[in-house]
Amino acid sequence: MGNNRLRKLSAVLCAAALFLSAGAPCFADGFDFDRNHLPYSDDWNDYPYDEAYYGQLKGTGASINFYNWGEYVSDGSDGLVDIVAEFQRLTDIKVYYTNFATNEELYAKLKSGAASYDVIVPSDYMVSRMIKEDMLLPLDYGNIPNAKYMNEDFMDPGYDPGSVYSLPYAWNTVGILYNTKMVKETPDSWSILWDEDYAGQILMFNNSRDAFGVALKYLGYSLNTEDPDQLREAAELLKEQKPLVQAYVMDQMFDKMENNEAAIAAYYAGDALLIHNDDIAIAMPKEGTNKFIDAVCIPKTAKNKLAAEMFINFLNEPTINAQNTEYVGYGTANLAAYCLLDEELREDPILYPPQEILDNSEMFINLSDETNLLLDQLWTEVKASNKNVWGWGVLPCATILAIVIGKARYRRRIAKRHKYMAED
Amino acid sequence: MKAKIAAAPYLLWAALFIVIPMGLVGYYAVTDANGAFTLDNFAQGMHFAPVIGSSVWLAIIATALCLLIAYPLAYLISRKSFNHQRTLVLLVMLPMWMNFLLRTYAWMTLLENNGVTNRLLGLIGLGPYEMINTQGAVILGMVYNYLPFMILPLYSVMTKIEPFLMEAASDLGCSPGEALRRVVLPLSMPGIATGITMVFVPSVSTFVISVMLGGGSFMLIGDLIEMQFLGNAYNPHLGAALSLVLMMILLICMALTDMFSNPEEKEGLLL
Repeated sequence: MGNNRLRKLSAVLCAAALFLSAGAPCFADGFDFDRNHLPYSDDWNDYPYDEAYYGQLKGTGASINFYNWGEYVSDGSDGLVDIVAEFQRLTDIKVYYTNFATNEELYAKLKSGAASYDVIVPSDYMVSRMIKEDMLLPLDYGNIPNAKYMNEDFMDPGYDPGSVYSLPYAWNTVGILYNTKMVKETPDSWSILWDEDYAGQILMFNNSRDAFGVALKYLGYSLNTEDPDQLREAAELLKEQKPLVQAYVMDQMFDKMENNEAAIAAYYAGDALLIHNDDIAIAMPKEGTNKFIDAVCIPKTAKNKLAAEMFINFLNEPTINAQNTEYVGYGTANLAAYCLLDEELREDPILYPPQEILDNSEMFINLSDETNLLLDQLWTEVKASNKNVWGWGVLPCATILAIVIGKARYRRRIAKRHKYMAED
Repeated sequence: MKAKIAAAPYLLWAALFIVIPMGLVGYYAVTDANGAFTLDNFAQGMHFAPVIGSSVWLAIIATALCLLIAYPLAYLISRKSFNHQRTLVLLVMLPMWMNFLLRTYAWMTLLENNGVTNRLLGLIGLGPYEMINTQGAVILGMVYNYLPFMILPLYSVMTKIEPFLMEAASDLGCSPGEALRRVVLPLSMPGIATGITMVFVPSVSTFVISVMLGGGSFMLIGDLIEMQFLGNAYNPHLGAALSLVLMMILLICMALTDMFSNPEEKEGLLL
């Protein structure tokens, strides 16, 4: 497997070198990257590391704590670069790499002050929440020269005006994953998640923000609505959907879709490429969807800001970013890295959807505390709206009752016996 | 004096890992984000009464099923020869050597629509039955995982019931059924009380089982508390209040089961 990828990579490299010996700029079809002629070379040799820059902290024994999603940084498998090891080799900075599973976990860890991290990768809405709560340090772009490769469309995002605190790491959209053998039509709307024909075959997000996102988009509302009535309407819709839903899942989706256990799932579109099942296809709903960005940030508690910025810069080395993008399976906002990608990846409509889909999609921003609380309460209501709970277990309860009564009778008898003994 | 010194490490341990965390839970439960005193968290917690209700209900069912299965089993084991007993108890313990999550995960594979059970049933022309993501599956997971906690205390109490008591009972004119009811059942009461506590407590507070086998559709109080600490709305205050509510439920349950055991019978208790 590893060899295969390596061979593929080198083949691409050779082809690229041949094709572009004239140094033609890279551009692609289908995505708005091609609107501008991208001024970046697609020759891997054109991006040498700036050794002087990366040598700044050599011999100081510096180290950083990198807190990231699981399997979200290239680790040397499949013939791709081992980013942590490569960075250590280049800079002599030790990287301690640990994982979290959800934005909320990351938030809780930082908030409780239980550990200090230097580089973290929260998603958009969590970035804005952390900015609001003054948990992040502004980035010093003087120390991150590779920020120049960033797609302008991704700079100055709603969650971080002016890109003061964050730099995009990877991005993707939410789509409808479906099994072409089990779903006859081609879905084009969220309504398929409410289709009675697929009762018991639908997988839904097991987190409130994404689940409500689907319902709100289906209703035609904003993902970031703060209107309690709209949220309640979405909650009603989700309750209505509940009998049709097989399970509320996150990562379990992979197994269930791979084994044809479920037919339809609302999930992150890029993950469709990671499912080993040829029947899985992805559809983008016409009502619009959620575009999300995971971004690198430096928390306020960071011990070594310069080393953290060097690491962020390293993540945006075009050659490193390209390999990381291939590993992660989401889109990159680094245009030079984009130019280095395999054509197959570059033109993938799931990873780099056409402009009309992007125009039709919306990003999460952080909600007010009241709305978060309401969302949580509504989500709990949805999850707790159980079918018949009480019909069960008349028999076990009767048994318990019988034991209690038996016990009481036994006690009475003992008491009586004691009385007789006393009389004797 | 000596005993006091010997107890010191335990006291330290208890202070560090029981008293202080309990104090923190209590503190969080009655304060808001700014640290001001409030009982609002409990009021909010009451919104989730149906969740609490269904957790308690599912745990009661699971406990009752455990008792129904474990009681005859423990009795049969305790009547075997010593060597047989050892083997059988080992068999009861065996699944516990494996990680709890792994065991629950295995049930997912067994119960899935395209899972092992449905495929085997398919071979003889039955099914497929919808087994996973139902309430039954959640209860099954609880019963399966916590059954040993019911069997072991029952067994340890029943081995102490000497066979000659049964002989005496039949000599005095008891039918076997009567002997069981009048001799074995009362003598095993402390085991029943311990077993009920040991199954009910983890069942009512579990959160993994409902997520894995219930498809996340049956929210239990454990899920709710987890959601407050690692979920969408990071709200440790509400989470702490809910934890206290859960503790109250458990205390009530333990007080109830305590009724089952007379003080004189306490010697037979495992815990």
